[in-house]
Amino acid sequence: MDLYSENILDHYQNPHNSGEITDRTIRVFENNPLCGDTIQMDLKIKNDTIIDIAFIGSGCAISQSSMSMLSDEIKGKKLSVLKKMKTDKVYKLLQVPISLGRVKCALLGYATLQHAIKDFEK
Amino acid sequence: MSLNLQKDFPILKRRVHGKKLVYLDNAATSQKPKVVMDILQKFYTTMNANIHRGVHTLSEESTAAYEAVREKTAKFIGAKSAGEIVFTKNATESINCVAVSWAKKNIKKGDEIIVSALEHHANLVPWQEFCRETGAALKIIPLTADFLLDLEGFEKLLNLNTKLVCVTGMSNVTGSIVPLKQITEMSRAVGAKVLIDAAQSIVHMATNVSDIGCDFLVFSSHKMLGPMGVGVLYIKESLIGQMSPYMYGGDMIETVEQYSSKYKMDYAKFEAGTQNVADVIAFGAALDYLKKVGMNAIEKHDRELFAYAKEKFGKFKTVKIFSPNNIKNCGPVLSFVVDGVHPHDIASIFDSEGVAIRAGFHCAEPLVRRLGVSSTARMSFYLYNTKADVDTAVKALQKVLKIFKVKN
Ligand SMILES: Cc1ncc(COP(=O)(O)O)c(C=O)c1O
Repeated sequence: MDLYSENILDHYQNPHNSGEITDRTIRVFENNPLCGDTIQMDLKIKNDTIIDIAFIGSGCAISQSSMSMLSDEIKGKKLSVLKKMKTDKVYKLLQVPISLGRVKCALLGYATLQHAIKDFEK
Repeated sequence: MSLNLQKDFPILKRRVHGKKLVYLDNAATSQKPKVVMDILQKFYTTMNANIHRGVHTLSEESTAAYEAVREKTAKFIGAKSAGEIVFTKNATESINCVAVSWAKKNIKKGDEIIVSALEHHANLVPWQEFCRETGAALKIIPLTADFLLDLEGFEKLLNLNTKLVCVTGMSNVTGSIVPLKQITEMSRAVGAKVLIDAAQSIVHMATNVSDIGCDFLVFSSHKMLGPMGVGVLYIKESLIGQMSPYMYGGDMIETVEQYSSKYKMDYAKFEAGTQNVADVIAFGAALDYLKKVGMNAIEKHDRELFAYAKEKFGKFKTVKIFSPNNIKNCGPVLSFVVDGVHPHDIASIFDSEGVAIRAGFHCAEPLVRRLGVSSTARMSFYLYNTKADVDTAVKALQKVLKIFKVKN
């Protein structure tokens, strides 16, 4: 089936940047109340740049693999750039068609990141 | 084992992702037989008029057809008279109506309401809210390890402050069947009223309110072959007089003066404004259909099919099923999880094989959490499902295991 590409399953079963950061700058939680998926994200930020990221999540293959891919993507990037990042970017990383019912899953990691940036800037 | 009714349900000819549709999400809503859709069409093409308001022919015809369904509904559940039947928009509204029209007048601070750990949000949240507002206490009937209501635990909760006991007839997550008559007898012994959420149980089993002895019973048309937008609230006759209207406006009124009004005293005080006449009439056709097939035949069919599915799915070591041990205590609802695969992903892969199932909390979050999981996948069966449908589901399950490389 299209949705469950090798790439997605790899990220789901062996997520990149999984864990916690002890000397983190910020930690946020995000969840999807409809299906109970959760993500805890730690960021280490220096000079407006994400120098490290780690997350612990539970949920479906789409939400967790999407977070894993996103974590690779944003490491070393500037917050000012990430703030402007569109959801399209997530779909490009996933490379599979996402049906309406799975949009929330696909974008959970993205929502967590935007939540973290907002909290950091407060 | 098949009742051979597929031909009556046009939607079952549909294909999904190029595969034949196998509809196993019946606990969410059932499909509709052609006779039900035909009646809807017929109503709007030949009879459409507002009810209870005209002397012209169409209005008389539509009023008679609407009221005939009240009679039919009363008979279907063994009520004493049609006057005990109120039409609402769904089971949820029926429960809220009891909270507003009966409980507000009869339950106060210091009183207690008991619900069970099996409840759908529809029969939990209105009572949480009611208790928050009034200061009444909410008590929960615990579960046994076998997913059944713990009747000893229930006994301990009952006391003279218990004013209302609200239980489901069948869980929409575990399929657990609740001994309604026994619960009602125990509740009445302390003077408590009993509300039964029959939204799932009435779909699969013959239901008789006179036999159960309950005070209120609610259900939805859409889960039992009828259209969406119609609910039923059964109220024991002796209670109707003590209840206040549910909403105010047209049709529920006796006389209206400029600054005050007198309300109708019977069921009509709960049916304010223009009703969902066409769908109620089509619901009548659904009741006829169920009666023709026979509730006992339906119960037998659904249980046999469920047993077959449970046995097939039970053979997979990595599949965990949440369902009572004894098949006699099981409605045809099979909740399961697979080690290492999220229920959402299971549902997506099933869908790719044309098999419609549900994943998530099933509007029963506290219950699903009690099961020790964050969600389940759920298959639920009904009268048009067949063994072949279960076999297709088994194939879909094998595909799940293959994609996620789960060793069985
Ligand atoms: C046990 C139970 N109660 C109540 C409801 C609510 O029914 P409705 O959404 O039609 O009001 C459902 C439907 O999911 C149910 O399964």
